[in-house]
Amino acid sequence: MKKIVSIACLFAAVALLAGCPKKATTVEPPTAGSQVPGAGGASGSDAGSTSTSPLGGDAGALGGGPGGGPNASVGRVIYFDFDKSDIRPEFAGVISGNAQFLAAHPNAKLKLEGNTDERGTREYNIGLGERRAQAVRRALMLQGAAENQLTTVSFGAERPAVEGDDEAAWSKNRRVELVYGP
Amino acid sequence: MNKVCPVLLLLVCLGLAERSSADFVVEVTRGQDNAVPIAVVPFADPGVADVDVAQVVSNDLARSGRFKAMDRKDMVEQPHTGANITYDDWRRLGNDYVVVGLMTPQGPDRFNISFELYNVLNRQRLLGYQISANRPGLRLASHQIADMIFDKITGIRGAFATRIAYVAVSGSLPNRSYRLIVADADGENPHVVMQSNEPLMSPAWSPDGQSLAYVSFEHRLPTVYVQYLKTGERHVVSARAGVNQAPAFSPDGRKLALTLSTRDGNLDIYVIDLATDGISRITDDPAIDTEPQWSKDGQSLYFTSDRAGGPQIYKVGLQPGDRPRRLTFQGNYNARPRISPDESQLAFVTQEDGAYRIAVMDLKGRGDVQVLTKGQFDVSPSYAPNGAMIIYASRDRGRGVLALVTPDARVQERLASSEGEVQEPAWSPF
Repeated sequence: MKKIVSIACLFAAVALLAGCPKKATTVEPPTAGSQVPGAGGASGSDAGSTSTSPLGGDAGALGGGPGGGPNASVGRVIYFDFDKSDIRPEFAGVISGNAQFLAAHPNAKLKLEGNTDERGTREYNIGLGERRAQAVRRALMLQGAAENQLTTVSFGAERPAVEGDDEAAWSKNRRVELVYGP
Repeated sequence: MNKVCPVLLLLVCLGLAERSSADFVVEVTRGQDNAVPIAVVPFADPGVADVDVAQVVSNDLARSGRFKAMDRKDMVEQPHTGANITYDDWRRLGNDYVVVGLMTPQGPDRFNISFELYNVLNRQRLLGYQISANRPGLRLASHQIADMIFDKITGIRGAFATRIAYVAVSGSLPNRSYRLIVADADGENPHVVMQSNEPLMSPAWSPDGQSLAYVSFEHRLPTVYVQYLKTGERHVVSARAGVNQAPAFSPDGRKLALTLSTRDGNLDIYVIDLATDGISRITDDPAIDTEPQWSKDGQSLYFTSDRAGGPQIYKVGLQPGDRPRRLTFQGNYNARPRISPDESQLAFVTQEDGAYRIAVMDLKGRGDVQVLTKGQFDVSPSYAPNGAMIIYASRDRGRGVLALVTPDARVQERLASSEGEVQEPAWSPF
């Protein structure tokens, strides 16, 4: 009898879950204007009907965003060796160019987005991406950027720049992107 | 032995249109030699049900690796009740068990399913049930039948009527779409829980199976949410400055372990009380400490730390002053622990010959380690709630796929998705 009861409970639980698809696939926006499109149709009609997020962040990543930044001759991406977070000498100019801009523009804000290649576990990669972002943050502060100008975020392996399961792709994904913004 | 047929009348009241999609195809890449031969005879069906119940049951049993399900093309008769079974024929064809059944419509969208399980060798009836299900509930009823058969023959509770959560990624860079999906354990019947153009990751089930915790980057910053599946309502558990990652419900469902960072980016493990928002710091080390997983008694956390150089797995008690104890020593990369339901075993990701693979470690005996998989990028292991199977994320020809392996590595399967990329499977509780 206990078994029948437990089976009944299981049926009921799943029936409840599946019985309210409209609700279950709708997400209330926690803040206006920043929510991604909620998941769609009643019967899970989830065929790629997404739209681009209206956030302004992407423009900043391209270097011409509302937050500004140094001119285009100063790089906005720093690449890393596998499992490393030290900044290679070839990126000294990227650090100094951005640090000088930040020192000269105390109101400028820079977000440092740390990324890894796809190898390894996802959450540990978040840690590695954060470590890279922090390495860039320290280097910028050493050259004159103020602490309150800099924030970090780690996407780990979740936002690759390039797709592919080889070193050519991985070397482009192990990176910190410097994103100026409001 | 079962003289009285227990009647199971369940009103599965689903208002949901039937989805006939087959998003996953199961490929058994390696089977078990001593699988139990069973024949699930097609159920008598007046032709109005759009779910082949016997086939779903047969597929479930075969997918477990413990059964060898007879192809119905090889069946010489198709009885629907025990009285019509010619035992000698089924025995000659090598079957130990036969399942028969029939479906009776009860109105346009409701069916009565009766089924019986027979031991071919001694002609005993081991099970006999009736289940009433409406059209959208037919797959669930089928999984429930498979659970009863599995339980009866193996003595292990079946987990076919459970669910999996996973993340599906579609679209090409930079316009990716991330969907958090909950589907039946066989991959069918997928429902989108959350959709975003920014990454979603680390789904974790509440112990009652009613909620999912996950990380969303929808604001281009990580936030840990808990979402109630029944209504879709969700709330923010943590959107602190810096890292908010790797949520894990405590066994009593009242707390969430997660990874947060200090201003200088040091990741440590914390526990948040979901009722009071009270927070306590569990680890304090300059290394990356992340991927917490609760012990069964809720008194300790397993986690990943690279405090000794590379990532290794540790366990720490939650009492003040408890010191982390290192558990893994073999190899230079062991991460993302998950304990088996009885906590006799730890599954994790290990690096071997430059590849990332699923390994298990014995927690009760000498700590023996066995690498279970052979892929290049096998990550995110998650135990079935009965401990009989581990689902994990793998890659096949440049695509993320889900795969299954038994904890003894004897059975290997792949759930081949028809589209997109799937990752981070998390198996629901019962």
